[in-house]
Amino acid sequence: MLEAADLECARGGRILFRGLSFALKQGELLRVAGGNGRGKTSLLRILCGLLGAQAGEVRWNGSPIRSLGEEYARHLVYLGHAPAVKDELTTAENLTIACRIAGNARTAGEIAQALQRLDVPATAFLKKLSQGQRRRAALARLALSRPAALWLLDEPLAALDAQAARLVEGLISEHTGQGGMVVYTTHQEARLEGRVINLDG
Amino acid sequence: MVDVLHCILRRDLLLALRRSSDVGTALLFFVIVTTLFPLGIGAEPDLLRAIAPGAIWVAALLSSMLSLGRLFALDHADGTLEQILLGAAPLGAVVAAKALAHWLVSGLPLVLIAPLIALQYDLPASLYGVLALSLLLGTPVLSLIGAIGAALTLGLRGGGVLLSLLVLPLYVPVLIMGAGGVEMAAAGMGAQGHLLLLAAMLVGAAAFAPWAIAAALRISIE
Repeated sequence: MLEAADLECARGGRILFRGLSFALKQGELLRVAGGNGRGKTSLLRILCGLLGAQAGEVRWNGSPIRSLGEEYARHLVYLGHAPAVKDELTTAENLTIACRIAGNARTAGEIAQALQRLDVPATAFLKKLSQGQRRRAALARLALSRPAALWLLDEPLAALDAQAARLVEGLISEHTGQGGMVVYTTHQEARLEGRVINLDG
Repeated sequence: MVDVLHCILRRDLLLALRRSSDVGTALLFFVIVTTLFPLGIGAEPDLLRAIAPGAIWVAALLSSMLSLGRLFALDHADGTLEQILLGAAPLGAVVAAKALAHWLVSGLPLVLIAPLIALQYDLPASLYGVLALSLLLGTPVLSLIGAIGAALTLGLRGGGVLLSLLVLPLYVPVLIMGAGGVEMAAAGMGAQGHLLLLAAMLVGAAAFAPWAIAAALRISIE
């Protein structure tokens, strides 16, 4: 279970949110809503441990994530704004490396299958692909993310066409259906059933 | 963990090979700078022999700095660094693998070409080994110290200049020991002491620098 207790975040001397608390159980989906600059990305970065909160703490199964370190990282997949892919590598090489860095090494067959599912050519170099295809290549990690229990997704539907957006929504539903947890941000119309935290309020 | 480190090392080498300019730039810079001294000074073998250790070592030091700015900056810009920070292996070990890749691309070629460069300075053949060995021990220290600076200046405006100001003073002991070892050998006094001190610096840097780099990265990424 993921718990956020009394989180406070300030950037550039401005308080983005204060006293933010919530808990996420197995199979739950949480959408973080709010306008630009309201702290959605900062909240996701706090939840994955990349950013320290000014106050409060994040706990994973009762333990503060700061004390868990790599043990916590093994349970999560974080996909930020930047796609975390290299132009000089092929999509298959990018995905293989991303999985291995996460400690979740996969066979060439599994990599090819995941890319096929997201409809991305496996042997194409990233620099030859469109923005949407690059995003698909990055999101292909989700298809291979098991046994990671927690997905933290920053604008996962950005730059995707309608078909790819449905595919990603399908992956998210599948993950929560199998007991996984998802926290995501989006500016697009939410079609996934789940709780919402609004940082505008 | 070993699989992750192997993956990082292999990835960085593969990227360096595909961005072929990365491999060539440091080596070409080293060759050009070390060639400028004999061309500028002219055919004065005694003077060239006297300045050779210092000139070659200064050129090696500056060459190794050329690609430092990109050591973490490209991974930071495309989001890969965040994935590395959230990876399965301890960050200290991962950055050590990245520093090793940096040395293999920008330091090892200098070690290999140094005897050829020494020819231009009319250094006796008996000193080629000492020169190469001093570079072999010293250039990894440059990569490790440089990586601390690269991590500390990550994402800062004007980071390149700041990186030079931060790192160059820290390079001085390595420069003194490296060039000094070759000078001592040239004077017939033996380079053992200097080389042992360089080896001690390498051991110290290998033991402590990765954790300093990791801490600096965590601060910079916030």
